[in-house]
Amino acid sequence: MERLAAKILHNGRLDFAEARLLYEQAPLHELARLAHAVRLKKHPEPVVTFVSDRNINYSNVCVCGCRFCAFFRAPGQDGGFLLTREELAQKVEETLALGGTQVLLQGGHHPDLPLSWYEDLLRFLKTYPIHVHAFSPPEIAHFAQVAGLTTAEVIARLKAAGLDSIPGGGAEILVDEVRRKISPRKCGADQWLEIMEQAHAQGLKTTATMMFGHEETPGQRLEHLFALRASQDRSGGYTAFIPWTFQPANTAIPARPLGAVEYLRLLAVSRLVLDNIENIQVSWVTMGPKIAQLALFFGGNDFGSTMIEENVVRAAGVSFRLSREEIRRLVQGAGFTPRQRRMDYTLLENT
Amino acid sequence: MFDLSRYKRLGLADLAERALAGERLSAGDGLALFACPDVTALGALAHHRREALHGRKAFWVRNRHLNYTNVCVNRCAFCAYHRDPGQEGGFTLTVREALTKLAADKTPPREIHVVGGCHPGLGLDYFEELLRALKKAYPHAALKCFTAVEIAHFAQLEGITTRQVLQRLQQAGLSMLPGGGAEVFAEAVRTKICPRKIDAQGWLRIHGEAHELGLSTNCTLLFGHLESRADRVDHLLRLREQQDRAGGFTCFIPLPFLTENSRLKVDQPLDGLEELRTIAVSRLLLDNIPHVKAYWVMLGVKQAQAALYFGADDFDGTVMEEKIGHTAGADSEQALARQDIEEMLAGCGLIPVERDALFREVR
Repeated sequence: MERLAAKILHNGRLDFAEARLLYEQAPLHELARLAHAVRLKKHPEPVVTFVSDRNINYSNVCVCGCRFCAFFRAPGQDGGFLLTREELAQKVEETLALGGTQVLLQGGHHPDLPLSWYEDLLRFLKTYPIHVHAFSPPEIAHFAQVAGLTTAEVIARLKAAGLDSIPGGGAEILVDEVRRKISPRKCGADQWLEIMEQAHAQGLKTTATMMFGHEETPGQRLEHLFALRASQDRSGGYTAFIPWTFQPANTAIPARPLGAVEYLRLLAVSRLVLDNIENIQVSWVTMGPKIAQLALFFGGNDFGSTMIEENVVRAAGVSFRLSREEIRRLVQGAGFTPRQRRMDYTLLENT
Repeated sequence: MFDLSRYKRLGLADLAERALAGERLSAGDGLALFACPDVTALGALAHHRREALHGRKAFWVRNRHLNYTNVCVNRCAFCAYHRDPGQEGGFTLTVREALTKLAADKTPPREIHVVGGCHPGLGLDYFEELLRALKKAYPHAALKCFTAVEIAHFAQLEGITTRQVLQRLQQAGLSMLPGGGAEVFAEAVRTKICPRKIDAQGWLRIHGEAHELGLSTNCTLLFGHLESRADRVDHLLRLREQQDRAGGFTCFIPLPFLTENSRLKVDQPLDGLEELRTIAVSRLLLDNIPHVKAYWVMLGVKQAQAALYFGADDFDGTVMEEKIGHTAGADSEQALARQDIEEMLAGCGLIPVERDALFREVR
């Protein structure tokens, strides 16, 4: 363990067995010390960033039927919706009025919408001065299938219509054995990574997420991290990694919600394994403000989003709310300067 | 494993060495620990003490809260629970109603925690009857009842000494005293937040009397309102002195103040890290009190899990029906099931140990 600590502090790259040893056996505070030291090396300035955006779900109609999801409605089922232009315009205008710089747009895999619908949507959104961080690799794979195009062609069309960047959703656990159990109709792990790498090749930045604590093993969480690290080595376009714990309420997967210690261990190991991804976001949405604040000493350097609107985690029974002022107070309480950022982690002036 | 260079850089090498050796720390040490900018450096020291005392055990108890009345003459500024005598919304349980409430629980509790307001009209005979009835219905449960503040109130109403009150309650079945009502001992703050409550000397004297009678007790600190870190350290050291004298404190319970529904306006409300710092400093300063509680009702379940790595070793328990913290705005659950607690503690990498009120392991 001491040899591993020395290796980490001398910028050595961890292999799988070393990561596993740390994840399973390192004392919690030792993991924190190492992850925080690496974070301070990458980001020596005492700053914690956050973005002000709104999660807009354009539709909850979805053909996937993922077992972990409490948000979707099957086509034809009661309670399905598709946002109108008026609703969308109002949400964007509110976001701008609240100092937001971007919208994160995601939706179910709607069976009937052609690619032109999404292109029109992007063109409409880009009539506003706002960054559009939209869709996820599984949505792009779905659009390609409906349109009979390649995913690279879909990305090019969406980019031409105004897409600015792609959020890292739908990654869940990037191991097909797990994906077959929890989300059999979503794209596989290789395709998820391939779509992100295609986006990076076309000049779009993306993030990457991980949802853990359902039917994966601890080793498969590490496989996910190593798959991302290899992908980043190839294409280099991931700006941030965002792990969060599965929230089982109202879903088809019975599981004990993972706790704070389990979250913090994974977060710290993420920072140690992902030596080529600059930013690690803490998840106050699933962990609450107190553990999110503590997570700033476990490798996290970004407080995520003000989440002017969030629907998906809330559907799974968890509803923390934080104002921008509260985020600033929590960051300052941890001894850092809060700074509002954009998707690409450039800082806004006067924040 | 313990890397002291980290503490050297923080200017805390000497203090860290003394803390690791288990030496007695001073008030100045406590303040220096509070000021440590790296919260996990402090946490690691507190966790080291906690592991030296209890290894990887995380204690929990099958317990039950019972609040017999919310009517109270004290009108403490921080309290969202009380009603004035005659005010709407006040309630007082009869002994029969209290028993009915407990009978609804599926498994009998191992510890019954009974506290209430300082009611102007309830005589000692009511409490003796309540204790006897509880003892009869739950002969195997520990009756952890009445804070020192209530004991002082009973004595005043009856015109007898607090020692006599304790003796009569002990005869009726009282097992131990809970630690409430300590709030913060510092006089300047205490007179602002709870001017009608007994003062620090009174609180400590009553606990000392209980200890002399063979009753063990818990102790608390209510923090995050008007008090300073120095006031918290002062409070901890007064508890430590009392423990040196009589030795009957079993568990210390740090209680974060919840601002939501209180009349008391606080400029700088607590954040999660300050809660963890306070718990860690408590563990390190209270070298003679065996247990520190991560009280999930007030901390929230996730923060209580983290607290088990910042010096706390006890997770409290099933609780069953918590009212005081929830009236103050706690958004934690009302109760936790035995299986949930055990799985959660194991998930934290700790060994769940079911205990009784006196922290004896059961099963």
